[in-house]
Amino acid sequence: MLEIFLLNYGITPTFYESEYNKYYEDAMFGNSELDQFHPDIIYIHTTNRNIIDYPSILDEEKIIKQKLDSEYQKYANMWDKLFTKFKAIIIQNNFEYPFYRLLGNKDVSDIHGRINFINNLNAKFYEYANTHSNFFINDINYLSSCYGLDKWSNQLYWHMYKYALELPAIPYLAFNIANIIKSIYGKNKKALVLDLDNTLWGGVVGDDGVDNLAIGPEVPSGQVYSEIQTYIKEQQKLGIILNINSKNEYENALAGLNHPDSILKPEDFIIIKANWNPKNANMNDIAKELNLGPDSFVFVDDNPAERHIVASTFPNMGIPEIDVPENYIRIIDHNGYFEMTNFAQEDLKKNELYQDNAKRSQMMATFENYEDYLKSLKMKAEIKSFKPIYLERIAQLSNKSNQFNLTTKRYSLADIEKVANSEDYIKIYGKLTDIFGDNGLISVVIGHIKGSELHLDLWIMSCRVLKRDMELAMLDELVAKAQEEKIRKIYGYYYPTLKNKMVEDFYEKQGFKLESKDEKGNKFYSLNVDNYQNQNKVIEVER
Amino acid sequence: MQKEEIYERLNEVFRDVFDDENIEVNENTTSADIEDWDSLEHINLIVAVENEFGIKFNMGEVTTMKNVGEMVEIIISRI
Repeated sequence: MLEIFLLNYGITPTFYESEYNKYYEDAMFGNSELDQFHPDIIYIHTTNRNIIDYPSILDEEKIIKQKLDSEYQKYANMWDKLFTKFKAIIIQNNFEYPFYRLLGNKDVSDIHGRINFINNLNAKFYEYANTHSNFFINDINYLSSCYGLDKWSNQLYWHMYKYALELPAIPYLAFNIANIIKSIYGKNKKALVLDLDNTLWGGVVGDDGVDNLAIGPEVPSGQVYSEIQTYIKEQQKLGIILNINSKNEYENALAGLNHPDSILKPEDFIIIKANWNPKNANMNDIAKELNLGPDSFVFVDDNPAERHIVASTFPNMGIPEIDVPENYIRIIDHNGYFEMTNFAQEDLKKNELYQDNAKRSQMMATFENYEDYLKSLKMKAEIKSFKPIYLERIAQLSNKSNQFNLTTKRYSLADIEKVANSEDYIKIYGKLTDIFGDNGLISVVIGHIKGSELHLDLWIMSCRVLKRDMELAMLDELVAKAQEEKIRKIYGYYYPTLKNKMVEDFYEKQGFKLESKDEKGNKFYSLNVDNYQNQNKVIEVER
Repeated sequence: MQKEEIYERLNEVFRDVFDDENIEVNENTTSADIEDWDSLEHINLIVAVENEFGIKFNMGEVTTMKNVGEMVEIIISRI
């Protein structure tokens, strides 16, 4: 089991395993096979069942102290002996708590209690760790409490098989040990790359505006994000370098980070990529600019599709499967990316170092197989004329969408109902599902018919499906509907606002011809329907 | 659940645990019939069977079951 986790970290181990319960004898009296093997790392696993001389309720304080010293000395002598003999690294667990408390709650505070005894013994182990640089504690006390002590110390496994923990807990133990070992071999992660919207704050800064983000002490969701930012700030103090990879306008990203309640500020980050490039392309740039291998990074993003594209490009990158904000810290933390086995002062300066190096030549990355990636999402869309059950959602979307919104025309529910019931409009909605689930109704296009012309009043899409070619599928369908209505030309309008800069070239990209542009930046486009070729190649469309 | 279905699912579990596609268990199968069935694999087998059927054997059962037939009787009594 340990081997699997180590191989995953690029470490190929060979093992020598002591005979059952013979570690002490092997260490103290030698064993020719072990001598020959000459280990680099010695892992000693013990359990509280190995503690022989627990205090008895009748013992005086002096006796209990003697018992503590003699239990401790047994281990310390063994470690000393191993160090002299092998010059190896020792990984030793502390003790998990016993599965019962003879004195109840007093067991922890009274010197006769076993929990009290174990805490004191553990403290002595830690002292040894603090004075021996090649000695590391495998904290199963913490591990077993996370796992659940009652389950961890399932007594069936002890009495039946002499397993000190139940079988399903072993992967957690092995993973924990592997994390210590990979850290010793310098294979820790070094940098965090963070998304912004719904990762560092609640909400979408481009749509909701800085003032409406969830961050800060006022509301519970804001508190959660404050705690997440505090956690990340603490990582930075440990020498982890921070970067941003976000689909946002750059100004919006900075505005969010300059929110008065944002604990992380723009200057905390070495590289801020806030643009509309695919995230794996941004990731590639960040790695090149920092001159770090992709496996040195941890990428934190709330969007599973973004995690998927980055993971498919960089399989060895740390990409925690975060779910809801209140779990982010725990999930990131339990992955053990940043085990601090060798805590050096240089680590603390790492951020400054990278800050200096950050101004290297930038390289534009392109993901050549982007289409393949999109195909791998197995997207299915439903694009149809408005249906009564969706009218409310359509009205809501028309009022919420700010970034991907060509005209920023708002519709009330009554307006939408009027459009839906009129023959003078082509009005379609789009729903999109992919391997990660249902994105729901995410795009709407409305155009009014004037003879053989169609004028587009509204074209909106939710940013969560950006760069999925959904807009192409919508256009294909729009043209098909237009052809049915004997329309020859479609006219598109772009009206700039503070928030919709990302679609200023949208119609050009769709193959429209720019007819005119005024001094305010309003643009007017046309598209011939007759010779139109379908553009979507990656989404299966249900009409 | 029918007995045959339990045996079918048990076969899959045994084949996975012992990594042998040819295993066919019946009610008289014991550890003597399967070469790799040692004490260590026994633990893996018990846990795999528990997971397959969503049950937990208690210690008394693990220590007294003599063959696959008895294991199946216990499974039937639980599901």
